[in-house]
Amino acid sequence: MQQAPTAGELPKLLRRDRMRDLRERAIGAALLTAAAVGALTTAGIILSLAGETIRFFGQVPIVDFFTETEWTPLFSIQKFGVWPLVSATVLTSAIALLLAVPVGLIAAIYLSEFATLHVRSLFKPMLEVLAGVPTVVYGFFALTVITPFLQGFVPGLSTFNALSAGFVMGVMIIPLVASLSEDALSAVPVSLREGAYAMGATRFEVATRVVFPAAISGVIASIILALSRAVGETMIVAIAAGMNPILSFDPRVPIETMTAYIVQISLGDTPYGSLSYLTIFAVGSTLFFMTFLMNVLSFWVVRRFREVYD
Amino acid sequence: MHHVTEETIEPRVAAGSSHPPRVRVGIPAPAVDEPIEHPAIEVRKLSLWYGPKRALGEIDLKIAAKKITSLIGPSGCGKSTLLRSINRMNELIPRVRTEGEVIVDGVNIYDRRVDPVVVRRSIGMVFQKPNPFPKTIYENVAFGARINGYGGSMDELVERSLRQAALWDEVKDDLKKKSGLALSGGQQQRLCIARALATSPDVILMDEPCSALDPIATQRIEDLMVELAREYTIVIVTHNMQQAARVADRTAFMLAGDDLVGRLVEYGLTDQIFTSPRDSRTEAYITGRFG
Repeated sequence: MQQAPTAGELPKLLRRDRMRDLRERAIGAALLTAAAVGALTTAGIILSLAGETIRFFGQVPIVDFFTETEWTPLFSIQKFGVWPLVSATVLTSAIALLLAVPVGLIAAIYLSEFATLHVRSLFKPMLEVLAGVPTVVYGFFALTVITPFLQGFVPGLSTFNALSAGFVMGVMIIPLVASLSEDALSAVPVSLREGAYAMGATRFEVATRVVFPAAISGVIASIILALSRAVGETMIVAIAAGMNPILSFDPRVPIETMTAYIVQISLGDTPYGSLSYLTIFAVGSTLFFMTFLMNVLSFWVVRRFREVYD
Repeated sequence: MHHVTEETIEPRVAAGSSHPPRVRVGIPAPAVDEPIEHPAIEVRKLSLWYGPKRALGEIDLKIAAKKITSLIGPSGCGKSTLLRSINRMNELIPRVRTEGEVIVDGVNIYDRRVDPVVVRRSIGMVFQKPNPFPKTIYENVAFGARINGYGGSMDELVERSLRQAALWDEVKDDLKKKSGLALSGGQQQRLCIARALATSPDVILMDEPCSALDPIATQRIEDLMVELAREYTIVIVTHNMQQAARVADRTAFMLAGDDLVGRLVEYGLTDQIFTSPRDSRTEAYITGRFG
């Protein structure tokens, strides 16, 4: 160690404060712990899912899982084709998006480009309250209000069906699409809007030809986020869509989504560790993989279509 | 292949590096302002309020056709507000109220029956910070024509506008490849000028168009303005008094008093404003005593 001759007489003010160094390090460690909770939980979920899923595929060939078209793990003749569950999830999510994307985007454009400050400050919180309604309430709303209502003019609509579950799920994710898209639209600089207005663009032309294209990456991200919310949604479909795993895209009949199946097995009397019990991990992994893919996709979309407008 | 010798480049370099202070030709030396008989724009008793706050106090101003008119004054004097009231941009801001008249082509554009969208189509505007759309160069220029339902050849219009804005040679090879935002600041501003020209306006309003540009880009824009003034009426807001002196035929000096209401203090030929101002406040401003 090199020591300057004056080291012994270093003024007190300049000397390192050991206590403070320790304190800083302790604070750093505490913050790291908090940050690690989320990361470790994710890792734990993946590990436990993976372990049980591998055990499941030890007994059921993975090829059967993805090629069979029947799902009957609770019957005496067990079939493990996951497609009936996947198709149900896809169907209800598609119905939800069909409602939520147009309504949510129109609401976002209205709030960001047309509404006065007063209207916006009134509407946005109201919209966000929708997002706070517990999903079990939505589920009963679908079963006891929407289904009887739709039965009035949709012939052959069962008590449990994909249509009302998907519809109510759509209502549930409208605020997600509207609120996040509105944020993306509002983030487009005023200078771009002024440039368009100054060329004689109408409010509608400014919104659709300048602001919306400039915000497209945020808008797409909001839709993908809403989609993964719909895919993972459990309570509404478990209550209102039925527990009937059939491969069908008819929205009027009872079906069973992946999430609803997991609820059914978790709450039922399937013996722990049995093959039927292991199915929920295989289905859970599939679901996890689907939402993971969508998150990666949204990340990619945001980067790919990001238009740097500033 | 030609061999470019140093001698052949040298004179150009010399001309580019040492600019003599440019003097506008065609302005009579003695500063006697002749009345503007057929103004392109006539502002009459124009007042404007942002909510309860008054920003402009009864402005009267006649703007000559096919000339450059500059609006100068310290920050907060209302010069940008006045400029933006010529194409009714202010009403996009909530709670703005305007009184008075702005006559363009014999029509008061603040008449209740006038559509502000149509007004803005015939009056182009260039902003302080270049604001090209995040689209290709081509689409930037074609934007105005597309929303106006232009029937002619779009390619020709784009080329003509870019040539007028002295940008064509720099961008002709990547019109549909490059985003307008990939250009340099000075090129972006010329793109914005091309975009404004493409809607074939009569008037071009420029709100401190060079304040975000370096001196070379600034000079190119100034040259372009002088060029464009042969065909277009140009009104420019500038913080830079040398710029006003260099390019403007007439200059209006504005000032906000203690009540913060912007008023027109003095208006006349640029030479007269800068050499023999009539108002002591104008003199104080142009000699740099405030603002």
